[in-house]
Amino acid sequence: MSVEPGSTDAAGRRPGDPSRPGDPSRPGDPSRPGDPGRRDRPGLRVDLALSYGATRIAAAFDVQPGHPLAIIGPNGAGKSSLLAAIAGLVPLDAGEVSIGSRRVDALPSERRRVGMVFQDYVLFPHLTVRDNVAFAARMRGSRASARAVAQPWLERYDLVTLADRLPSELSGGQRQRAALARALAAEPDVLLLDEPMSALDVEVRAEMRDELATHVRDFGGATVLVTHSPADAARLADSVLVLEGGRVTQRGTLDAIRADPATPYVRRMLAASDD
Amino acid sequence: MARAAARSTGRLAWPITAIAVVALAVLVLPLVALVVRAPWAELPELLASSAVLEALVLSFTTAVLATAICLVLGIPLAALIAHAESWPAIPRRLLRAAVTVPLVLPPVVGGIALLMLLGRRSLIGQWLDETFGVTIPFTTGAVVIAQVFVALPFLVFAVEGALRSSDRRTELAAATIGASRWQVFRHVTLPLVAPGVAAGGVLCFTRALGEFGATITFAGSLPGTTRTLPIASYLAMQTDPDEAVALALLLLAVSVVVLLTLRDRWLPGATA
Repeated sequence: MSVEPGSTDAAGRRPGDPSRPGDPSRPGDPSRPGDPGRRDRPGLRVDLALSYGATRIAAAFDVQPGHPLAIIGPNGAGKSSLLAAIAGLVPLDAGEVSIGSRRVDALPSERRRVGMVFQDYVLFPHLTVRDNVAFAARMRGSRASARAVAQPWLERYDLVTLADRLPSELSGGQRQRAALARALAAEPDVLLLDEPMSALDVEVRAEMRDELATHVRDFGGATVLVTHSPADAARLADSVLVLEGGRVTQRGTLDAIRADPATPYVRRMLAASDD
Repeated sequence: MARAAARSTGRLAWPITAIAVVALAVLVLPLVALVVRAPWAELPELLASSAVLEALVLSFTTAVLATAICLVLGIPLAALIAHAESWPAIPRRLLRAAVTVPLVLPPVVGGIALLMLLGRRSLIGQWLDETFGVTIPFTTGAVVIAQVFVALPFLVFAVEGALRSSDRRTELAAATIGASRWQVFRHVTLPLVAPGVAAGGVLCFTRALGEFGATITFAGSLPGTTRTLPIASYLAMQTDPDEAVALALLLLAVSVVVLLTLRDRWLPGATA
């Protein structure tokens, strides 16, 4: 099933709906902790070229807040490199990345306000869950104030009872929640998810996918996820972009792509049973 | 697993075993002789002599100072070497060679080289003498400098190894949530390589404590100022062999303590 563009949450709001009354909360505002998705979120505009080994990647797309985009493609297509480029972790050969009216491609990663959940989560192994989630706030203030900022995020992501554990003591699903909380506690404008389900056991995937879909909807900002799986794309994203050999070969809703697959890869991918 | 089992049950050709036993004897027998020949009855008296205590205090003080300096200088150098992986081959290899040379150089050569750099008639030494009235050779400071010269590579390579084996993506993850480069280093990189830093620091300390060649060449052997334990031990051999053996035992004991400290916690491949 796919999330329809323009879907509403339980309160009838569209996440990131710019028509909502102005919200005074600012990024990192301690008076509104744990309250993502309740401020106007900018969109993401990408039009770039970069090199990944021998592959040259070129892609252009827009992502509106509240309408996640899934990037699907075979191994080596450059999906993860594309995410890394948006996050500022690898340099561009050319082009630009903009978030709302802010051009960010010349900014270092730490100033882009792009949150990223890595493929196997890459939590800080030497820090407890609490300190992982508090990390962004710790970079701006004392440990005590950072932990206070982290508390509502721990509550929101059901991590309170795990707060004093190290990442090595968590299950895959718990790590995913901790990684998501860590990224979102930094109050990013854009959220990137690199193969968010691939590190999870097959048995828990469907459940975790539903949970992740809720969190992504709550975030409400521009979200891009990379996946191999049409099931992930259907549940987590509004539209799909197919990347093959560094090139965008198809873009649209999953239903539209299903109706008219543009390449043999897309046909095979859709035919393959998922999970 | 299977390979380990095969290795433990497979039989080794007897000449290999025999040579291995000889090799082990080469390493162990001198130390056994030292322990057997030690004047155990007089040991407390020998070790309590003022000359020994003086050398002991000087050695520990200078080795601690040298280790501290190595930590301050060596961790950034290790980070640079790890970072240089993306450099072109020639500068990358030159950088690594510059750190490796003191490791393979006879320490006496290091001492002579330090004299050429900092001796009173050298370029820098002459300037220091004329401008500030400071003379470095044959001072306690010279002992520390000689120790830093020989011990620094041990720290650098231990930390660099830890940096290489750590997951770089944790640093990227920190950057995406607002950590500047310095904050990434301080809050992520450094804690992750802490075991490597500790192991390097301990190796560095033992190397500094045992330093002889560069120290005696660059700093001489002035009692209380530059006569460290190894130098005192060497000199005692000429006049009072029992005292020399006692000092040697002391240095051996320190080494054993260090080995036990490092055991399986920080030495890769070691088990309890």
